[in-house]
Amino acid sequence: MFALGLIIADHRYERLERVRVVLSVLTDPLHFAVDAPTRAIRATQERLVRESQLRALNQALRRENLLLKGRLQQFEALEAENMRLRDLLGSSFNVGERVLIAEILAVDLTPARQQVMLNKGANAGVFIGQPVLDANAVMGQVVRVNPSSSVVLLITDSEHALPVEVNRNGLRSIAAGTGVGHDLELLYIPKNADIREGDLLVTSGMGERFPPGYPVARVTVVRQDPDNPFTTVLAEPTARLDRSREVLLVWTLDPRMYPNALTDAERIRARVAP
Amino acid sequence: MSDATTQGGWLVLLTLGVALALMVLPMPFGLEMLRPQWVALLTLYWCLTVPDRFGVFSAFALGLALDLILGSLLGQHALSLSLLAYAAVMLQQRVRVFPIWQQAVFVWLLLVAERLINLWVLAATATPLPAWDDWMSTLIGFLLWPWLFFVMSDLARRAGLV
Repeated sequence: MFALGLIIADHRYERLERVRVVLSVLTDPLHFAVDAPTRAIRATQERLVRESQLRALNQALRRENLLLKGRLQQFEALEAENMRLRDLLGSSFNVGERVLIAEILAVDLTPARQQVMLNKGANAGVFIGQPVLDANAVMGQVVRVNPSSSVVLLITDSEHALPVEVNRNGLRSIAAGTGVGHDLELLYIPKNADIREGDLLVTSGMGERFPPGYPVARVTVVRQDPDNPFTTVLAEPTARLDRSREVLLVWTLDPRMYPNALTDAERIRARVAP
Repeated sequence: MSDATTQGGWLVLLTLGVALALMVLPMPFGLEMLRPQWVALLTLYWCLTVPDRFGVFSAFALGLALDLILGSLLGQHALSLSLLAYAAVMLQQRVRVFPIWQQAVFVWLLLVAERLINLWVLAATATPLPAWDDWMSTLIGFLLWPWLFFVMSDLARRAGLV
């Protein structure tokens, strides 16, 4: 009966968030303990790698680095040009982001929810609603912050939706998680919209939560169902949701979006820089 | 307090801690639905073995811990586990003398009931429900019960609990 009261309090009034955060101090060690064997196995694997393998890997990484650097030069030129053009138009556009690398803990949270746990929390400046990326694309956003860990809701969870646009032509839509498998569904795409299989979807920044321009997913299925007034469009996330271990936490340094982001960023820089 | 009521409490705590850890230990990809309800199984075992020391209130506290660890709604597992413990403590006199397979069936029924209560809470709060194959875990629990029972009885005897 007390349990029922608790359920209602937690669900309806979200009063218990503080309690949860305080009690997480007790449960966090368990999460880290469960993660420890996986970490140990990984460390051993890393130690047992052959020298020739390491050399090959090193070479491959060097090559990739060169390639990326080459592309980056181009990007810098393009960004400068973009800024100049925007200045001409008189529109303000401020890209500034700071990232922090966090690791996913090898723990399974509630089944049927697509959530993962990170090893960085409020102590590192993580906040609720913060976007989480991996090397390829957007992964999700932070939904719960404990002092030294945080929980991320992945974009494929059935309660998650984010505003996207088609990279090819700027067609805007909302990508909602389906919770089944690893698919996203685009909502409210009219029958005559120009969208094709293979189109890249990027964040549009409309929700002011995810920074604009990050890749999200690639369209895999475009189907016209007679009983659906809209086009059925499914997309597969480009982020490797079930495979990556390191993720990036992003702070958008746009004073318009987050009134206190600059001070936050200052604090984070002080913490991360050394 | 006599010796019999203070001895071996550490074993209860230890096994429950292990059960909590097993609930979040990653399963091989694609086999997540086969994870047995470790905490529910252990709750049942201790309710049937030492009902005077492990009852509804302990189960409630355990459920809260599970909720915190899984990140589920605070109170969801507290509710299901305390109802589970209530049923087990009520029926413990009868169930204790059952042959082991019959006991397993009884345990399976309670595990299903535990799942149902959880589903009910999820549905009532409009949280996404798990897929159908999630019920497999109750069957795994059913198959696991005899082994768990023997191992735990041995441990409990050594710790001087029974």
